[in-house]
Amino acid sequence: MRRSWHGGRGPATSERSRVITFDAVTKRYPDGTVAVDSLSLEAPTGEITVLVGPSGCGKTTSLRMINRMIDASEGRILLDGKPVQGIDPPTLRRGIGYVIQQAGLFPHRKIVDNVATVPYLLGWDRKKARSRAMELLERVGLDPALAGRYPFQLSGGQQQRVGVARALAADPPVLLMDEPFSAVDPIVRTSLQEELLRLQSELRKTIVFVTHDIDEAIKLGDRVAVLRVGGRLAQVADPRTLLTEPADDFVREFLGHDRGIRRLQFVPTDGLRLRTDLTVEEGAERGAAEPWLLVVDGDGRPLGWASGARPGELERYGTFVHGRDSMRAALDAALLSPSGCAVAVDEGGRVVGVATRESLDQALAEAADV
Amino acid sequence: MSWLTSFFSWLGEFFGTAANWSGPGGIPMRLLEHLEFSALALALAVVIAVPVGLLIGHTGRGEVIVVVSANLARALPTLGLLVMFVLLLGTASIWPVIIPLVLLSVPPILVNTYEGIRGVDPELRDAAYGMGLRGGQVLTRALVPVALPLILLGCRLSAIQVVATTTVAAYTGLGGLGRYVIDGFATKDYASVVGGSVLIVLFALVVQILFALAQRVAVSPGVSQRQRIR
Amino acid sequence: MSDGPPSIWEWIGRNWDTGRADSIRNLLTDHLTMSLVPIVLSLVLALPLGLACARWRWLYQPTSGLMNVIYALPSLPVFMLLISVTGLSQTTVIIPLTFYGMAVLIPAVVDGLRSVPDHVRQSAVAMGFTPLRRLLRVELPIAVPVVLAGLRVVAVSSISLVSVGALIGQGGLGGLFTRAYQNPFMPPVIVGIVLIVALALVADALIVLAQRLLTPWVRARKGMAS
Repeated sequence: MRRSWHGGRGPATSERSRVITFDAVTKRYPDGTVAVDSLSLEAPTGEITVLVGPSGCGKTTSLRMINRMIDASEGRILLDGKPVQGIDPPTLRRGIGYVIQQAGLFPHRKIVDNVATVPYLLGWDRKKARSRAMELLERVGLDPALAGRYPFQLSGGQQQRVGVARALAADPPVLLMDEPFSAVDPIVRTSLQEELLRLQSELRKTIVFVTHDIDEAIKLGDRVAVLRVGGRLAQVADPRTLLTEPADDFVREFLGHDRGIRRLQFVPTDGLRLRTDLTVEEGAERGAAEPWLLVVDGDGRPLGWASGARPGELERYGTFVHGRDSMRAALDAALLSPSGCAVAVDEGGRVVGVATRESLDQALAEAADV
Repeated sequence: MSWLTSFFSWLGEFFGTAANWSGPGGIPMRLLEHLEFSALALALAVVIAVPVGLLIGHTGRGEVIVVVSANLARALPTLGLLVMFVLLLGTASIWPVIIPLVLLSVPPILVNTYEGIRGVDPELRDAAYGMGLRGGQVLTRALVPVALPLILLGCRLSAIQVVATTTVAAYTGLGGLGRYVIDGFATKDYASVVGGSVLIVLFALVVQILFALAQRVAVSPGVSQRQRIR
Repeated sequence: MSDGPPSIWEWIGRNWDTGRADSIRNLLTDHLTMSLVPIVLSLVLALPLGLACARWRWLYQPTSGLMNVIYALPSLPVFMLLISVTGLSQTTVIIPLTFYGMAVLIPAVVDGLRSVPDHVRQSAVAMGFTPLRRLLRVELPIAVPVVLAGLRVVAVSSISLVSVGALIGQGGLGGLFTRAYQNPFMPPVIVGIVLIVALALVADALIVLAQRLLTPWVRARKGMAS
């Protein structure tokens, strides 16, 4: 499921949004190890730039050089054209949200005070800081009743949401996220990812996101930078280009063997041919010509597939939103149903037609030609 | 059990003697002295050990000091140290006795403060810096509150040490409850020995209880992971 | 250290073996007895008690509470109170030191047994170890480093604590301190402190050595028991 705002990339809407530029940045440790090797990269304003790669590729080091948790050995990192090396680190960091893997919440402070940490540091008065914190808790989908709890009383997923709220507390234009969702279970991770996309569609922050998980990178990134071991940039591109045109074998390998399937999430379904003659209203007569017919209710919502072989029973069906969801969702919907057809619905859930195997095949063949 | 009867008769004799309750050698005065010497030594030890422990824990430099002082303090015989300082510096003031008291109570606080700071989850430290806290703020707002249980444990162990050593220090002429025990033993006044011993034991237990209470009050429920009582 | 009257070496030579009870040699022997007995005894008693606390968890809370209280009792008044029971004997020093040792070792045994990772315990069960074999072959060996770290603390502090016994006439080398105080004279103090610290270091080193031999799988770490 791709977010609707994805196509609407434009210039910065907020004056406070910032662009981050890596200009031939190298990090070399005293023992000679090179963690990042002359990295040049731009994280555009209002977008999510994901740094992804195997362990030892310097992705976290690169991220931490932005807020000077680590200082670059060579090259410059520019924030809105100004080198960060010239800014006092604490001052710099207070203007940049920072989210890390285990959330890193202060165990001795209540949730509300954890979220208000940076506002307190910036000298906001207590009342204002707390009301801002409460607002943010709601924004990241947490029950305000949790505000008075301590971190140990929250689940991992909840703590991570608090971590995001805390990073957003002083409304920084830039957000750095270092494997923020890696320590939670897959179901929670998915919901945190969607929450982030939802938030980003409202806030349009400049986000740099580090992950080792290519699926997460493709799901979240407007731009994905693949790094190889030794801290060298292998490729930077939008997810679709990355999947269709990997720059080299390393990137191809890293994307994995199911790259083709994943690519389908960037193929739209508007062009998919639909049949409208395979639906019948509940209780109406069925023609015997088709082996499967989709039964819908009075509002046009799907009820199930009726098979000529087993009269009176309705079988499972799968739906996708025509025009909004990707080919991957359509294919998924088809595979979920014994009829082998995917049910196309509108945003309201009403059936607009059925994509048969033939039309799916045809669309897949076209996609493969791209 | 004849010793039990004599124990209680000594106890009755000691606490029942009116003269034991007043004057410079009276129980209130001795108690106050014991409290004064112990508190003075402990306060000095805290003032020395906590900052040094925080510094070493926070910077990771000078860890050798912690290890050596911890081991040395356990190995050094308190009585020997007391006698040595008194022979060197005389008995004109209480300092020849207070100095070894302080020396012996520094290490437990130092070690536990250091361990407390070192033991803080690196993620927490990272998050604190990442949000723009300065070095000192990271220490006072993030590390100390989380390390507080251990810091207080160090202070409690030190207090145990100080109360015991203050008792022994009565041998070298220091006042306090130890006087009853030392003088009573020398003059075979067993009522005094037993009464004094019981007083010291009670004193030590009250100190323990006070530290347990301080721990409850000072440590955030988020750190001790107690549910809030209110 | 005044160099007028006898030097420290002269003093040692003259007092090493006078044949009297307070010769350095005899004091050293007494000191060793009064510290070694509590060290060994506290270990022997703490092992079963610690095991019991690890097995029946409800036992641990009251036991550790009691041990905390015992640990907080100053040694001198405890010696004094015991005199009426055990007299002016070495036992009067040995009993409290044994309890102090247990106060350190019981939690160490419990912590040690708890440090056995659950997957290790589970796999021992799965391989068919009986509970007793599991204890002896798997859990105790893994607990050894933690227990021995506690034993180092006990050994060093017992050796130095014995000297307080001198105030009731049973302090081993601590007798040198009281003697030095009564007719103000520095050499006995120095000799006493040096010998006691040396004994403590030797005992500590022996335990470290024992640990190397008992648990060769643990790489020697810089030991610092709290």
